[in-house]
Formats: sequence, C-alpha cells, structure tokens
Amino acid sequence: MSEAALSTTAEGSGVVQDFSADKQAFHVPWGKAMMWIFLLSDTFIFSCFLVGYMTVRMSTADPWPIPSEVFALSFGGDPIPLVLIAIMTFILITSSGTMAMAVNMGYRKDRKRTFWLMLATAALGASFVGMQAFEWTKLIVDEGVRPWGNPMGAAQFGSSFFMITGFHGLHVSAGVIYLLVIAFRVKNGFYEKRGGNYEIVEIVGLYWHFVDLVWVFIFAFFYLW
Amino acid sequence: MAQEQQQHPLAIYFWIWGLLFVVSTLSYMVDYIGFQGYLRWTLILVFMFIKAGFIIAIFMHMTWERRALQLAILVPPVAILVLIGLMSLEGDYTFLTRIEFFGESSFVPESPHH
Repeated sequence: MSEAALSTTAEGSGVVQDFSADKQAFHVPWGKAMMWIFLLSDTFIFSCFLVGYMTVRMSTADPWPIPSEVFALSFGGDPIPLVLIAIMTFILITSSGTMAMAVNMGYRKDRKRTFWLMLATAALGASFVGMQAFEWTKLIVDEGVRPWGNPMGAAQFGSSFFMITGFHGLHVSAGVIYLLVIAFRVKNGFYEKRGGNYEIVEIVGLYWHFVDLVWVFIFAFFYLW
Repeated sequence: MAQEQQQHPLAIYFWIWGLLFVVSTLSYMVDYIGFQGYLRWTLILVFMFIKAGFIIAIFMHMTWERRALQLAILVPPVAILVLIGLMSLEGDYTFLTRIEFFGESSFVPESPHH
C-alpha cells in the first residue's frame, strides 16, 4: 500500500473506526502492537526512575557531584569531560542506524544483509555494555561511589546512578540476546518456512530503538544536567 | 491480514542517522563549552526532544503508523508530566524542611581522581 493510502483512509484518519472495530483495534501485526504496548509500560518504569532521581536531587541539602568531572577520563593529559559517555552515545546511535537498515533489508527479504546488519547491531550493543562495565568499575574502585554514599557529594548520586544505568544496561544486554536469536533464525531460514514474513525484524528493531531512546533521556538528565 | 509494510527509501534513514550524530555532538558541546543555568537546561532539553522525536518518528516508523496506534502509544506518557509536577513540589518541600531542621550542609566534596 502506498504512503498516501496509509495516512488517509476513506474516512479521515480512521481513529473512530479503528477503536470501535469489532475484532481488532490496531491494524498492524499483533506482535508489533504488543511490542508497542510493552514499550509503553517500559516508558513508565524508566520515567519513574528518572522522576525519582529528580526528586532526590532536588531534595538533598548536600552538593550534587558534578557529572562532567566525575565522568571525565584522562588519557595522559588533562581529563576530558564525559568522553566515555560521548563514545557510548555515538555507539548506540550507530547501532540504531544499523538496526534501521536491517529492518529495511528484512522487508526486502535480503536475508544475508539482514543477518549481518543485526549481528553488527548486537556487536555494537555488546561493546556498549562492555564500556558501561568499565565505567562502573572505575566509579566503584577508583572514585569510591557506593549506593549509600560517595566522597564527591550527595549520597543519592550513587543509588540513582546504579539504578538508572543498571536498568538500562540490563535492557541493552537483553536486547543483544534477543537480536542474536532472531538474527540466527533469519540466517537459518526459520521465517522462510513460515511464509517468509520478516515483520519480526521490525519488532526487534522497535525494542532496540527504544533502548537508544531511553539513553537519550539518561544522557540529558543524568550526565548533562 | 492485508498488511501495509514499513518499506521506505534508505536515504531517509541515513539522513536521520547523520542528524542524530550532529545533535548529539551539539548536546555534548553544551557541557564541553560549559554553559550554565537556564541556557544550559534549555539547550539540553531542545536537543533531547529533537533526538527523541526523530528516533520515534522515523526509526520506529511512528509517522507512518495509523492514527489509532499513534494516539494509544503517545498520549498516555503525558500523564508523567503530572508526576513530575507533583514530585518537584515534594522535592522542594523536603529540601526546605531539611534546611529548616538540619541547617545548611557541611559536606566538603572531594574532587574525583583520574
């Protein structure tokens, strides 16, 4: 169906018809609708974490550690502020790009390219988790940050940090596993036996872009604010 | 089910990809240059919403979805604004109470080691 036909159905945008339909409200594959609803619920979870972080940061009387300095890294010379976080951001954006390509190739039924692009996405995701592990190690071992306190300022810094980035890292790790499972199924022709339908690649893609989306908010509120 | 597929030209993904790189660099520059106060917060929020908007609209194909799905997914998060409002009142109140009863903080921060 063409784009024009998609956006304007016979009677306006069709919201009323869709919501009042007898059997099915969302005229998309059920897997996609369910992934969207899951992501909506995940949005609320991450929002609760970020709002909780806002509340403790506003209510503490102690100075908040300056993220720009805490997350600086030095390569011999002066410390560069937030450099690792910047690299992690670019890696995640790149992985979102390769994922978008994979979805596109999936709909073209180009199995080989879909597989390799998904593998690249998973590899970038895994390297993101690796860097996060490095960041956590540095913070715990070198800077003495604990969930109950740290030498650089308000005690709540550690608990918010570990909670928010930990939950995000968990999502990335789960996404890497999810991507690998689906990528190998694409490669092995699993979906060919089921009518050659590659919508699943788009559904994995939704999850992966969501992980990137959450990082946009964490980057803004935790690292830059 | 007769299904319209999300098949779009590759060029649009490359454009958005590049745009995300540029906007991320800009938001990093906000910190690197060291803007403070309202200018900093405004810039951070603007760049954040630009990035989030393009990821949802293009990468997650929301622009091309049916209006019913768009509304069902994008409207509920608006409720979070209420939570933000309530919790910022609460945060302010707790802060003022702490200052009132425990006085100003005597915490002496150390600078991080690199």
